[in-house]
Amino acid sequence: MDYDRKAKKKKVLLMGKSGSGKTSMRSIIFSNYVAKDARRLGATIDVEHSHVKFLGNLTLNLWDCGGQDAFMENYLASQRDHVFSNVGVLIYVFDIESREFDRDMVTYSAVVRALRENSPSAAVFCLIHKMDLVQAEYRQKLFDERTNLVKERSEGFKITSFATSIWDQTLYKAWASIIYTLIPNLHVLEGYLRELAAAVEAEEIILFERTTFLVVTSVTSEIGALNPAHDRFERLSTIIKTFKQSLSRHTGLPRSSPQFAEFQVKTSRFNFFIARLTSNTYVLVVTPPGEAAFNTARINVLTARNDFANLDITGEVYPRGTGPAGAPHPASDEAAAAVAAARAAEDEDEHGSPS
Amino acid sequence: MASSYLTIPARRHGGGKSFRGHGGGYHNAASLTLERYLQDLPIAEVPTSPLRPQFHTGRLPNSKLSDGKPRLLLMGQRRSGKSSISSVVFHKMPPTETLFLESTARIQKDSMHSFMDFQVWDFPGQLDFFDPAFDVDNIFGEIGALIWVIDAQDDYLDAINRLNTTILHLQQTYPSINVEVFIHKVDGLSEDYKADTFRDVIQRIQDELSDAGYENAPVSFYQTSIYDHSIFEAFSKVIQKLIPQLPTLESLLDSLCNNCRIEKAFLFDVLSKIYIAADTTPSDISSYEISSDYIDVIVDVSEIYGWDRPSKAAENEVDGEDQIENPDAESVITLQNDSYLYLREINKYLALICLMREDSRGKKGLIDYNVGVFQDALAQVFTR
Ligand SMILES: Nc1nc2c(ncn2[C@@H]2O[C@H](COP(=O)(O)OP(=O)(O)OP(=O)(O)O)[C@@H](O)[C@H]2O)c(=O)[nH]1
Ligand SMILES: Nc1nc2c(ncn2[C@@H]2O[C@H](COP(=O)(O)OP(=O)(O)OP(=O)(O)O)[C@@H](O)[C@H]2O)c(=O)[nH]1
Ligand SMILES: [Mg+2]
Ligand SMILES: [Mg+2]
Repeated sequence: MDYDRKAKKKKVLLMGKSGSGKTSMRSIIFSNYVAKDARRLGATIDVEHSHVKFLGNLTLNLWDCGGQDAFMENYLASQRDHVFSNVGVLIYVFDIESREFDRDMVTYSAVVRALRENSPSAAVFCLIHKMDLVQAEYRQKLFDERTNLVKERSEGFKITSFATSIWDQTLYKAWASIIYTLIPNLHVLEGYLRELAAAVEAEEIILFERTTFLVVTSVTSEIGALNPAHDRFERLSTIIKTFKQSLSRHTGLPRSSPQFAEFQVKTSRFNFFIARLTSNTYVLVVTPPGEAAFNTARINVLTARNDFANLDITGEVYPRGTGPAGAPHPASDEAAAAVAAARAAEDEDEHGSPS
Repeated sequence: MASSYLTIPARRHGGGKSFRGHGGGYHNAASLTLERYLQDLPIAEVPTSPLRPQFHTGRLPNSKLSDGKPRLLLMGQRRSGKSSISSVVFHKMPPTETLFLESTARIQKDSMHSFMDFQVWDFPGQLDFFDPAFDVDNIFGEIGALIWVIDAQDDYLDAINRLNTTILHLQQTYPSINVEVFIHKVDGLSEDYKADTFRDVIQRIQDELSDAGYENAPVSFYQTSIYDHSIFEAFSKVIQKLIPQLPTLESLLDSLCNNCRIEKAFLFDVLSKIYIAADTTPSDISSYEISSDYIDVIVDVSEIYGWDRPSKAAENEVDGEDQIENPDAESVITLQNDSYLYLREINKYLALICLMREDSRGKKGLIDYNVGVFQDALAQVFTR
């Protein structure tokens, strides 16, 4: 299959007014903060860079740009070329509570103009943020209004906007959608997943990035598509991420470590497991009830690890059908998974830490 | 890519996919609690009428006959946190929302609908229940426990005086009432200050009671906060005292742990996340916390994937081949530090949670068997 092995770097600018929530969201998505930790963050001085390794050879080069006026002026003047050239994505955060929306729009226009000059092919995403502060019944209307205003000032860029809050799953929905546009070779990955799903008669298979637990992609069967929980992907990201924090308190292992190797649930309506797929991903599989279907799905997924590892060259490649060498009980999947998990913890430091 | 996928073997009748071999009417009656969890939610959230309790029991007013529901009374000074506790524990209110609770004007009665029904009565802070106009008998007659809430962030001397007066008063007429003192809102306190306050409150209450000639009063003390698991743990212990079968449950759990080399086992009420029994090995609150959070995840996941499918299963039943007997929900998590969390639905209300090390996991058959035995024994203890 056509598969591009070149390492890909994407420069991502995170901009918006001071206090709008840029560092908060970055810390929650990439550094395992919980929403309440965000209260302790100080204003960002100048630009904080971080490199986030993602699957499929993608590295996000994240520029969290402190939003105080003095810094903004610098970005637009003396540092203009440096900041705005080679940008892959601009994520612009608007604080819904801001009392000077007109002024925010002026700054936004200036930023987009600088982007137009230096990186005309960049993608622009606008997050209308802190939506939790608005009463639920007004959210949609306010969001639509703001989005329309922002669109008018976007200097010809076709923008995509999201309503977000660090206090619920909307943040995960927005970031998963943004990341989705950046991951190389997704069609190959999706082809593999579809084949796997068909073979094991899965109702749904979801691929998550390991540390962020952002949904990378998913495959859903005809029946699975009838699931009324339309927001389930971002909900699952939040649920699992929250539970990982609990596990971290319990085990004493750092928050950034994988915490669990496998999670199985069997009920009379569905069966479900989450397991490590490659060193950068977890896979969630939902099958109809019954032991046989479950076991078949599980064995196939564990066997398919190898194919997926090839897509993910930072991952280790195991000979087909075996666990990693050195597992204490090669016969036991659990043990193999646990060892793989422990190993992955060792390469943790390079993931998501500021450079 | 891989063409070597294994396929699902044809389903055979009774083909080894049931969780337990042994049958009995009980098992069939006990399917899918997590679904019932969702069904039960509205019931638990409807408070019983605050006006005339005698109607819902169908008994004469002031009759000494109980309605069979042990009563937990929440009392204490104004703003000590009584309504917050009842809202967080029994109505799943997020703790931050308790900031908007209004002061309670009259007794609020809630039901906890579970393996055993409880009533929780939330009192107005300044009610004088020894006012002769008040029907003391009606309140204390069938009480299970008196929970006295003391705000540890506030001046607590008045609260202690009132509590002591109440205890001395009750002692004459109802000497068997458990008094449970919640030293509450400890989230805002430093560790040192918290420990000092705890000691100080205990000291003052015990001294005054023994000065009044009341030794060994049945009073217990807890440090609680609605912002963490402590309030649930304290409630668990309060409720455990009201379960006559507790020793039986504990010894059943002890033998389960021994037989399967389980480190810690809890029997949870899924809805309230109160645990009604645990094995008797000592453990810290961390074991309770992770078990409680585990239940949250399972419930969350069930809310997402437990929807009612168009019944393809019904087709299967027609040809009589497929006998997936509604298994009780079950879950295992393999942790990174070589330990395991295990959850098993026990009946409509209860779930068993076990913390174990690797060597017990290889013995899935053994665990299933022993859990089955436990389940049967429990069915005899609680008949609902
Ligand atoms: N209510 C609410 N508050 C939020 C949300 N996101 C962030 N905040 C709060 O906003 C405050 C500022 O957040 P930061 O992330 O430091 O803001 P910033 O955009 O990085 O600010 P600069 O670094 O100065 O540019 C923090 O106190 C957060 O708790 C949200 O979704 N809802
Ligand atoms: N920090 C902290 N605050 C709490 C806690 N529990 C309750 N509170 C706060 O205490 C205040 C009073 O709570 P209520 O539950 O209304 O008190 P009450 O005892 O029912 O008061 P009355 O109905 O007037 O008798 C609220 O603002 C709660 O948010 C706790 O554990 N920690
Ligand atoms: Mg910042
Ligand atoms: Mg109250």
